[in-house]
Amino acid sequence: MKSFLAVLAVTTALSAVTPAIAGEVTLTTNLRNYGGPGAYLAYYVTDASGKYLGSLWMSGGKARYYEHLTGWYRATGGNLGEIAGITGASVGSGRTLEVTLDLADALFDAGYELHIDAAVEDYRDSPNEIVVPLTSDGSGQPVQGSRYIADFTYTR
Amino acid sequence: MIRSLHRWPGLIAALFLCVIALSGTALAVYPAIESVRSPSSADISVAELASRVQAMEPTVEQIRRAPSGRITAYYYEGDQPAAAVIDPATGEAIGNADTSALQRWLTNLHRSLFLSDAGRIMTATAAAAMLALCLSGLVLLARRSGGWRYLFSPARGTGHGKLHSSIARLSVFGLGLSSITALWMTAATFGFIPEGAGAPPFPSDVSGQTGANPAAITALEQTSVDKLRSLTFPVNGDKTDVFTLKTSDGEGYIDQGTGRMLAWADAGAWEHVTDFIVMLHTGQGAALLGLLLGLSALGIPFLSWTGLRLWLTGRKRGRARHSVAVGDADTIVLVGSEGGSTWGFADTLCGVLSESGLRVHVGPMSAFTPQRWPQAQRILLLAATYGDGEAPASAGNFLEKLAALPEAPKAPFAVLGFGDRSFPSFCGYAAKIARAGEAKGCRLLLPMETVDRQSPQDFARWGRDLAAVLGLEFELNHQPTPPKSRALTLVSRRDYGTDVQAPTAILRFALPTGSLWRRLTRRTFPGFEAGDILGILPEGSDLPRFYSLASGKRDGFVEICVRRHPGGLCSGQLTTLEPGQTIQAFLRHNPTFRPARGKAPVLLIGAGTGIGPLAGFARANRTKRPMHLYFGTRHPQSDALYAEELAAWQQNGRLASVTTAFSRGERPIYVQDTLRSDAAHVARLVSSGAQILVCGGREMAAGVSAALADILATQGLTLATLKAEGRYAEDVY
Repeated sequence: MKSFLAVLAVTTALSAVTPAIAGEVTLTTNLRNYGGPGAYLAYYVTDASGKYLGSLWMSGGKARYYEHLTGWYRATGGNLGEIAGITGASVGSGRTLEVTLDLADALFDAGYELHIDAAVEDYRDSPNEIVVPLTSDGSGQPVQGSRYIADFTYTR
Repeated sequence: MIRSLHRWPGLIAALFLCVIALSGTALAVYPAIESVRSPSSADISVAELASRVQAMEPTVEQIRRAPSGRITAYYYEGDQPAAAVIDPATGEAIGNADTSALQRWLTNLHRSLFLSDAGRIMTATAAAAMLALCLSGLVLLARRSGGWRYLFSPARGTGHGKLHSSIARLSVFGLGLSSITALWMTAATFGFIPEGAGAPPFPSDVSGQTGANPAAITALEQTSVDKLRSLTFPVNGDKTDVFTLKTSDGEGYIDQGTGRMLAWADAGAWEHVTDFIVMLHTGQGAALLGLLLGLSALGIPFLSWTGLRLWLTGRKRGRARHSVAVGDADTIVLVGSEGGSTWGFADTLCGVLSESGLRVHVGPMSAFTPQRWPQAQRILLLAATYGDGEAPASAGNFLEKLAALPEAPKAPFAVLGFGDRSFPSFCGYAAKIARAGEAKGCRLLLPMETVDRQSPQDFARWGRDLAAVLGLEFELNHQPTPPKSRALTLVSRRDYGTDVQAPTAILRFALPTGSLWRRLTRRTFPGFEAGDILGILPEGSDLPRFYSLASGKRDGFVEICVRRHPGGLCSGQLTTLEPGQTIQAFLRHNPTFRPARGKAPVLLIGAGTGIGPLAGFARANRTKRPMHLYFGTRHPQSDALYAEELAAWQQNGRLASVTTAFSRGERPIYVQDTLRSDAAHVARLVSSGAQILVCGGREMAAGVSAALADILATQGLTLATLKAEGRYAEDVY
């Protein structure tokens, strides 16, 4: 069990929709026992049309592998400024990652989606393994992954 | 300096390196298996491959090509992601794409010892140590073999030293390549190597259409599968997505409706270099090289073990009981020893001087650094000689260091040479030191003296001189530790030469049983060959006499040839020995004096009892390579040693020719005369790569080498070059 407290970096896109009211949100990701080395995971938010707003978290320390997180990499052009201060270690097979961060209330029930890209060395890339709308009702509801992620839950 | 640069990283990193090397060797096998198993994809374009795979697996998401040529497709079975190895000729799945758990485990162990980044740094440090070991080892190898030119001439020496350098020569280049590439890869992992351009910016503008058939996309048609890294298909239903193509040349995006290349970025020079280096290190894409590197890595455990043993042996020899730290010592004893016996004398000297109240430091001559010896009031040099006046092993480059000093050391010095008076350059190296010291303007404590064949009397005499100069009273009483010997029982004897006043006998002893013989030789490898040395301890003396063996262990007996010298203690006892009686003996290896491996002709030249080892070589010549014997003796009727055997060996091909010279016949002829009259033949043999082995008395050897020098001169060769190539060896007494 890993636990992180991160204050979401102020990105222009996110602050535009933020009327300064924010609450703590916990992101819990349980990985499958896929048997390989640690997984890189990129957490980011887009609007309903898929337009990138900002990054929430990056698991995995070596920037040269970020291109395998295809969705995040395309959206950001691999810009490390997007994840400055919100980076942690890669997550081992079968392990759980828990990240707690302050997230603007305005992001919920407004059509925004949370994406998780996953990648593991020598294994297939898994962009958008999780795509889940951010809603009040969705809080606490596990979402199944397809390849590396067993399930993902966000809790307000 | 180079030696310690080699020793310390080696000792510290040995265990690490063994783990890394063995896992590397195991990993080297995988790319080879993969490349053998992967079907060829020659002349197929990515477009063909993509349409074949799509036909078989319509949900295909990505196709990857590994450097080994293995092609993997990622697709879905229902909702479940799946992967399979693909035959590019058909697009069919032909195997499981998962990396085996063992390979993953080995990879993790090999690159990070399961310790993630900390482990990567540790393995990189080990790689750097390996590189230092390779470079310093190469310098030492060159030094050992007599220069860079002779790096690959036959290895010399015995035991662990020989094994260490033989394995090192085979593996040093592979290990060097592995460590350099490992360092590069670690640097790349930690971001110290610039990365290439990477992916071009994702196109914001796409056609919005879908359905382009990969078979008809020009960019894919123009790309050979051999260049493919990966092709990613657009996500089903996402009109903004594209085909992503990565090749060894770069990467780009292709519209999924029009098939047009939307963006492309060429791979940078750094990417090309890093890819190449990864290939060199892993063997992925260069399986044969990978296997060679794996084999080289296999040398590391052997190198570690032999290196450790060498160090331990050297330490044991080089440690005198009463030695103090060099900075505190008023008396510095420096030892230049080849086989180690001189250290024993130094130990005795150190003990006696310490008892007389001096603070003595004993060290090898290679550690000559007088500027760091503030307390030193005298320097005593005990120097043996290697070969023809060369520096012995522990002397290193003493002479160069002495010459490089800005001024002569303040402390006066004394030189004591150790050697064997029967060699022409008796104590040649010690004499060189004395001359060099004089030229440098050093003060002499005592004139140079010599010790013949480890004589305790000579040593004691020098000790009295030393005591007088120091104003002390002591007696140097050194008894060389006698080698561990064992009784050999005479089985048979054949006598020759009594008519010509040269009584000579071929003595054959029973082979001692294995385990005891092993203890006797105190070697890890049992056995002996013709040309090795039998040391015999005559009754009434601690000093061994040495004889060349005329048989190998495979022959099942121990045979030597002995001529009785008037008044000779040992030869007298041996030539009167009757079958059933025993003598005390021990074995010494002499690997420089024996036929080299291979099929090249061998010239055996000898006289008198020198026939012994030569006969042994002929007897052991089971492969019947051309061996030509030139043999000098006195009279055919009296001392034609081995006459019956020589005839038989000539018949069955173990000897190609036998030329005998009789010095007491009607016209006296010596063996060098037969060489001269056979000059054309000899020259032809040498130019075809023949090896020359000479055994016998000193005068004969001088005559033979003069004759050979003349013959070789016609070929533009010298004995010195042959010697350096290991093609000329003498066993002279």
